[in-house]
Amino acid sequence: MSEFVLKLYVAGRTPRSEQSIRHIREICDRDLLGRYHLVVIDVLERPQLAENEKILATPTVVRELPLPLRRVVGDLSNHERVLIGLDISIPNDEERGESE
Amino acid sequence: MMETMPIAVVEKLETGIPGFDFISEGGLPRGRTVLVSGSAGSGKTIFASQFLVEGVQKHDEAGVFVTFEEHPRDIRRNVGTFGWNFSELEAKKKIVFVDAAPDPAEEITVIGDYDFGALLARIEHAIRKIGAKRVVLDSVGAIFGHFFDGHRVRHELFRIATGLREMGVTAILTAERVDEYGEIARHGIEEFVADAVIILRNVLEEEKRRRTIEILKFRGTSHRKGEYPFTIVPNEGLIVIPISAVELKQRSGDTRVTSGNSQLDAMCGGGLFRDSIILVSGATGTGKTLLGTHFVDGGAAAGERCLLLAYEESREQLGRNAIGWGTDFDRLEHEGQLRVVCEYPESASLEDHLVRIKNHIEDFNPHRIAIDSLSAMERMSTTRGFREFVLGVTSFIKDKEVTGLFTSTTPTLTGGTSVTEAHISSITDSIILLRYVELYGEMKRAITVLKMRGSEHDKDIREFRIDGNGMHIGSPFRNVAGILAGNPMQITASEMERLDQMFPEGTAL
Repeated sequence: MSEFVLKLYVAGRTPRSEQSIRHIREICDRDLLGRYHLVVIDVLERPQLAENEKILATPTVVRELPLPLRRVVGDLSNHERVLIGLDISIPNDEERGESE
Repeated sequence: MMETMPIAVVEKLETGIPGFDFISEGGLPRGRTVLVSGSAGSGKTIFASQFLVEGVQKHDEAGVFVTFEEHPRDIRRNVGTFGWNFSELEAKKKIVFVDAAPDPAEEITVIGDYDFGALLARIEHAIRKIGAKRVVLDSVGAIFGHFFDGHRVRHELFRIATGLREMGVTAILTAERVDEYGEIARHGIEEFVADAVIILRNVLEEEKRRRTIEILKFRGTSHRKGEYPFTIVPNEGLIVIPISAVELKQRSGDTRVTSGNSQLDAMCGGGLFRDSIILVSGATGTGKTLLGTHFVDGGAAAGERCLLLAYEESREQLGRNAIGWGTDFDRLEHEGQLRVVCEYPESASLEDHLVRIKNHIEDFNPHRIAIDSLSAMERMSTTRGFREFVLGVTSFIKDKEVTGLFTSTTPTLTGGTSVTEAHISSITDSIILLRYVELYGEMKRAITVLKMRGSEHDKDIREFRIDGNGMHIGSPFRNVAGILAGNPMQITASEMERLDQMFPEGTAL
């Protein structure tokens, strides 16, 4: 069972999209080992999904589970802030103290 | 080089909003994005919603409503007061919402670069889904509240505007403005939709609210300049009152109709012109309402329908007066030749009165309209508002070959002119004055035709009396001067002789 369900909405295969996909994968691989389910959605191909979730900006990553929903907008270039924005606390994270 | 470029003709898209297509000379520039800017409560959302509804109802064009501020549920409810059923139109795939309003329960964190690619994709998707021709974005200012980087938001909105243009839809983008006469819109939104700008105002003027609409610019195409009043009516929506150009239009036909009084007809050179506006001015009790009653009676006798708009007296009082002069309003109403509308001027704004009058005219389709009195309406308006009201009424009836008789009350018993006359005399085709004349310690009544556009008329000031059959016009006051000035003086025989010598053609009073 994955603890975190994350959905990343991007608009087309732009450099910014690729960058955000790379960043979220890095975060998942490093901090959410085995505890996540990540779905990448291209809103140009699946606009109805963006409509259902009322996505305005891209890239947007939505933490669907656990509730409540959390959203982070942007290219996700700052890993620490992405984790804070998604309210994901990492146990035994030695870097965390430095960023505070 | 530039000379050889073909000139692109900007086509117009009829909005269907009453009056707006007139002042915009055909509607909004087709395929463009138009900024509709206004202060809070100026009617932006109503204008935008009506643009979509009229598109469906009058042109069978579907529309997309992108909301940044209010929840679709709230918009559906609000527009319901204008009789627009969005839910039904949504079910018929004629209107689709794109909900871009914020969810207050959800926090959004921004990290790094972003764009509005998802929003544009959603709008495109909605447009394709129902084949929309019209799009509304209401109100884009709200998005600056969620995303704080103003420069970025402006850039992204510009992209959306460009995207809309590429899809060939005609879009309205609404925006807030702070001052009624200040910068066009907050956040410099006009910078990226500079093609066309419309401003809605809700100005406090002499303690009265006055709504106006102004087309600031339509790049590449024409429109009428300046502010036009509009009103917002339950079950109808926004109605622009196109007042311009009415003044320049003049009587076109030569057909004469009776005023209901043969002697007055004679003074007017054979009756009133059918499509003309007659102003009857006089102090209280001089017989204005009586002339109005004659006007109704004369019309009915000729088989014409008459609309009587009474703003000073009750229906019962009017009926009693008319019976006293031999005209039965009840019978005429019963036979469908007369409609009497009695209203307190204060019961609605002038704009709303105007819309009601318009509805009566369209519904009853009268040949004649009598308004008794215009001055009652003037009490509750600014000078400009009143003038526009009269222009508005005039514009409804001018091209319909309807005869209009308006009364106006002068403030002083003898002589003087009413403020009404000064404001609207250029709009009227004929002016008839009724005056009290004090002579030998007795009050007499006088009537004269001051102006009769396009016709010869009697220049005399004549005495008249009123009895159970109405008005009886007698002979001219021959040896009296200064009646109109309110200062009648008897002129002696020798003075008359002297005047005759001054004007050899014999034009002296």
